[in-house]
Amino acid sequence: MMSSIMRESHIMKIHYLTALVAVGFVIIHIMIRFTHGSFANSLEFESVIANYKSIPYAVVLEAMLILISVHGFNGLRIILLELKQGNAYERAVTYGCLAAMIALIAYGSRTIIMASMGMVEA
Amino acid sequence: MTKGGALPKGFESPSDLGSQEKYEEVKSSSKTITLKISKFNPDKDHAPTFLEFPVSYEKWTTVLDAILEAKNYHDHSIGVRYSCRQAMCGSCGMNINGKPRLACFTKISELDSDVVTVEPMNNFPLIRDLVVGFERMFSTHKRIKPYIIREDSEISSGTKEFLQTPEDVEKYIQFSSCIKCGLCNSACPTMAADSTFIGPQGLAQAYRYIADNRDQGKDERLKIIDERHGIWGCHFAGSCSQVCPKGVDPAMGIQLLRGYLLGYRK
Repeated sequence: MMSSIMRESHIMKIHYLTALVAVGFVIIHIMIRFTHGSFANSLEFESVIANYKSIPYAVVLEAMLILISVHGFNGLRIILLELKQGNAYERAVTYGCLAAMIALIAYGSRTIIMASMGMVEA
Repeated sequence: MTKGGALPKGFESPSDLGSQEKYEEVKSSSKTITLKISKFNPDKDHAPTFLEFPVSYEKWTTVLDAILEAKNYHDHSIGVRYSCRQAMCGSCGMNINGKPRLACFTKISELDSDVVTVEPMNNFPLIRDLVVGFERMFSTHKRIKPYIIREDSEISSGTKEFLQTPEDVEKYIQFSSCIKCGLCNSACPTMAADSTFIGPQGLAQAYRYIADNRDQGKDERLKIIDERHGIWGCHFAGSCSQVCPKGVDPAMGIQLLRGYLLGYRK
């Protein structure tokens, strides 16, 4: 189990820290949306792709992806472990959440990298 | 009027009160409630049923008095655990009108209800009627090493008393009032879902010994509680602190304990 890899207090420190830092990045993200370009058009395809092409902004998005994925999947793991107990179940939940977290980060990072390198066209 | 809960102990006859008039005055002031007692024997029954008894009470009558009146004069088979009758032993914990309380420490008059429903505590295995098993709570209590751990001892030759300042004592004294009645564990929402959670009773006792400056077992205990079903299972609902009959605040103890694990308390 993850608890046998890391002490639960270390996992929870990461859990709290990712939440706090993610809030900071979300504020930066919203501020950029308000101050750069038209807010009303921010979800248009060209506008979204243009965001990824800005390296600092792509870094902000990547950081948000990692922070929210780590926090969210650990939160899911905590909820699932409270619903039911047992060694096999807990191991499945812990490794399942870890795998899902890695998969989501990998897929999201791939999207960010491809868009920022101009590999996504309309 | 039946005996038991209606008059204070030692005042069961007119001569006890000094005069027939005084006896009649006390007797006539009593009111009546309906006592509903949960009856369930897991070995025989399929579902709990409620027995109803009319019970007269005075302002000093406790729920335990009423249950014992029902047991003594109506149904001897009612299963109830009790001992000291003064909120010292922690035996008579039960759900009274839906809230975990000590039956000996809860007066009927303070419930402000014409119907008093008593049920076994939640989050404990039921033995029979109002009696639940304490094995899990006692085993988690034992697991957190509820004693002072240190190399030397007050009773070893050459050592003296371990003196503490009032400030040192203040850090843990409220937690040493725990009577292991289990009301906090019964009220805890995490205990209801997580069958392996240590529970507020065990965690508060872990804090009691860790905060004691005579103790040297902090690292041992922190290791025991630093797990998913240990201290991190607490969602800080605070219901444990609300129901404690001894004024212990387990929710606060758990938060203070987290400080040691998160590194902002030494």
